[in-house]
Amino acid sequence: MSQPLIQPTDRGLYCAAGDFFIDPWRPVPQAVVTHAHADHARPGSDQYYAASPGLSLLRRRLGQNAPLRGLDYGVVHSFGPVRVSLHPAGHILGSAQVRVEHDGEVWVASGDYKRDPDPTCAPFEPIACDTFITEATFALPVYRWPPVAAVAAEIQQWWHDNARQGRTTVLFSYALGKAQRLLAALEQPTPGPIYLHGSVAPLTDDYRAAGIPLPTTRRVSEAPADEDYAKALVIAPPSAGGSTWMRRFRRPATGFASGWMRIRGNRRRRGYDRGFVISDHVDWPGLLRTLAETGARRVLTTHGRADELVRYLGERGLEARPLATLYGDVEDDG
Amino acid sequence: MQAFARLYRQLDEQRGTNAKVDAMADFFARVEPDDGAWAVYFLSGRRLKRLIGPVRLREWLARCSGLPEWLVEETHQHVGDLAETIALMLETTADRDRHDPRPLARWVEEEILALREIDEHQQYQRVTAAWQALDESGRFVYNKLLTGALRVGVSQTLVQRALARATGQPQPVIAHRLMGQWQPSGDFFKSLFEARSADEDASRPYPFFLAHPLEGDPADTLGPVHDWQLEWKWDGIRAQLIRRQGQTWLWSRGEALIAETFPEIVEAASQLPDDTVVDGEILAWDEAVLPFAELQRRLGRKRVGPKLRREVPVRLLAYDLLEQGGEDIRERPLGARRQTLEALMADVQAPLMCSPLIHARQWSELADRRAEARERRVEGVMLKRRDSAYGTGRPRGIWWKWKVAPLTLDAILLYAQPGHGRRANLYTDYSFAVPDGDTLVPIAKAYSGLDDAEIRRLDHWIRRHTRERFGPVRSVEPVQVFELAFEGIAPSSRHKSGVALRFPRIKRWREDLGPDDADTLEQIRALLP
Repeated sequence: MSQPLIQPTDRGLYCAAGDFFIDPWRPVPQAVVTHAHADHARPGSDQYYAASPGLSLLRRRLGQNAPLRGLDYGVVHSFGPVRVSLHPAGHILGSAQVRVEHDGEVWVASGDYKRDPDPTCAPFEPIACDTFITEATFALPVYRWPPVAAVAAEIQQWWHDNARQGRTTVLFSYALGKAQRLLAALEQPTPGPIYLHGSVAPLTDDYRAAGIPLPTTRRVSEAPADEDYAKALVIAPPSAGGSTWMRRFRRPATGFASGWMRIRGNRRRRGYDRGFVISDHVDWPGLLRTLAETGARRVLTTHGRADELVRYLGERGLEARPLATLYGDVEDDG
Repeated sequence: MQAFARLYRQLDEQRGTNAKVDAMADFFARVEPDDGAWAVYFLSGRRLKRLIGPVRLREWLARCSGLPEWLVEETHQHVGDLAETIALMLETTADRDRHDPRPLARWVEEEILALREIDEHQQYQRVTAAWQALDESGRFVYNKLLTGALRVGVSQTLVQRALARATGQPQPVIAHRLMGQWQPSGDFFKSLFEARSADEDASRPYPFFLAHPLEGDPADTLGPVHDWQLEWKWDGIRAQLIRRQGQTWLWSRGEALIAETFPEIVEAASQLPDDTVVDGEILAWDEAVLPFAELQRRLGRKRVGPKLRREVPVRLLAYDLLEQGGEDIRERPLGARRQTLEALMADVQAPLMCSPLIHARQWSELADRRAEARERRVEGVMLKRRDSAYGTGRPRGIWWKWKVAPLTLDAILLYAQPGHGRRANLYTDYSFAVPDGDTLVPIAKAYSGLDDAEIRRLDHWIRRHTRERFGPVRSVEPVQVFELAFEGIAPSSRHKSGVALRFPRIKRWREDLGPDDADTLEQIRALLP
């Protein structure tokens, strides 16, 4: 059998025919990057290619002067004999699937993706292919996401109740992607002002600069020391929880927005007052639907519940195999 | 059902106890009596006899979800709770505006108790139809009721507080009414709202009053020693002996009737006058107290034959008197209750006896007595304020248990398994081993003692240092050493190590130690009495 078009190496997923890597975790000469989360975009490579809408986010990760080249969605770039194009993955702003075509064979490496509506990024487009590389972060049948609008309404109600009791609402979420999606989902008028943690604010400005309408926010770091947060919503990364940074809020009510909050044990264990099920990863029904729509005969899986998914797909007549990667090592992603 | 599922959600989401009490009191004040009775039944931790086991439920879930059984099982492992797995795995097809309007009592009677009367095929149809008829939270609660306890994180005390508020009755009265056996009927629920009546159920025990563990030296915090009644802390089982209307009931702290396990105590109780309630400890006793392992041979047995009665004789050591001549005397000071108890027990023969008092003129003398605990086969000493009433729950500052410091050993983590509930899909159930020559021999399992951050860190380590997987269990590289505390050690033929530890738990993660520093089996055997 000939060499597979894309294969795992110790530096990342490698396409030998085009001599480039996808989301490498060590420095390489040519890297195609699916999106700006830290486990996919790592610094040190000689040349990066990524979807144009995500370039400013990637510069924050890779450095302002990183050798970064933007590709518009759907436009083909040739790596030698290999034709490469990027297509929306619906994960975060500028996230892309990588379509790789060589000798009439088509592979798609999806990176992270989701199928639920998200006004902060272009929606996932199913691409016909022979081999589909999928994430398996939530690949168990209990992971089916409730409608985002219903979850947003729950958050809003909770904020409203807290504000009435004069308690600050602190919502923890992943700083890139999830935080902006939450902001976009909030209904106007809100029960009070919205504040952002220092790691959330610049990324949110990048979204605004990309033309994504988001509600007005203030930075906690720019507020005076005696700021009254009684009616406020504060969006912060989970790492801020339990730190001295939290002391400025009086009797804060805390919540966590993540796909992991689907499981009651996780909700209770994390010690937040509330858990909200909202994820930028594909859920179980979305994953199966996507595989059907791509028409792929072969499915390769990365991070998460790969073993179960592989066995399940195998029983349904697909050729399925796990790929060893280092993705998903970022805490609280989900 | 919807109202009860909503209450469940509120209780699950609220962390403060006041908010939980508010939610329950509000519910009890509005609910229909039939539904209220079942709600009290489940919230206070009671459960229906399980009609359908987890294996069959998983099989049915596989059938109606169209997923393979192995995947259902893996998913159950991941979630850590079958009721929740079913609730989350199925799609909610029910029209949100047209949900099943039946209240809790009708759900229990028509959809759970009714399953007793029908065959397995019909059961399958009823249960899966119920799954379809409910939304996620309703399905979860229905499954919880179907499979066992509700476990929503409210204590008996909180339920009592909420009922006291809703009914306007004092909490101790409510607590008493919820003890023992009762039928979850509308009449029962209505009776909770009534003022105390003369003939409350004769078998009903009083809630046990519990002691708080004492850390540190009592001399620093508890004032003069003579304010305190001092007793041994026995290592047996707590029991309440009730004589009323010429009959005897013997209750354990788990609210089980245990008369058949200890027939000689029930026989001896006829020496006590009618309308007497005694609180005490059952111990295996042959001239002196025997190890708990001996008593254990009698526990859980429905029938105790003459042979076992001969081999493991038992006694009830009375330490408090709760009712005398039909009068509830729990509010009297402990000193007065003790005097009455001693007078009552003066002519009573074994196996009933008074638990002896410890006399100490100074705290240092009590410390000396406590130091004898292991030799005397007791767990330590009890300190009870002489002026204290027999209360409910476990308040601080009134009764203390001052246990002898535990024994410890250093052992190596060998296996790990995910926990349940709050600890689902985290490796929290650990097995430890110690070296015996060249091999490692399992010595104990322990589930508690690490804080959340340590648990998460250890979970992370376990996932990266797994050697083998056996179903949910992983074996790990035997390098992490933990200090285990335990209360006692006894020979055991059931364990490969030949010893059984009592109440093992993790005291510390000894990251400063390597596997060569662990205690050996030989050293541990030397601890055997």
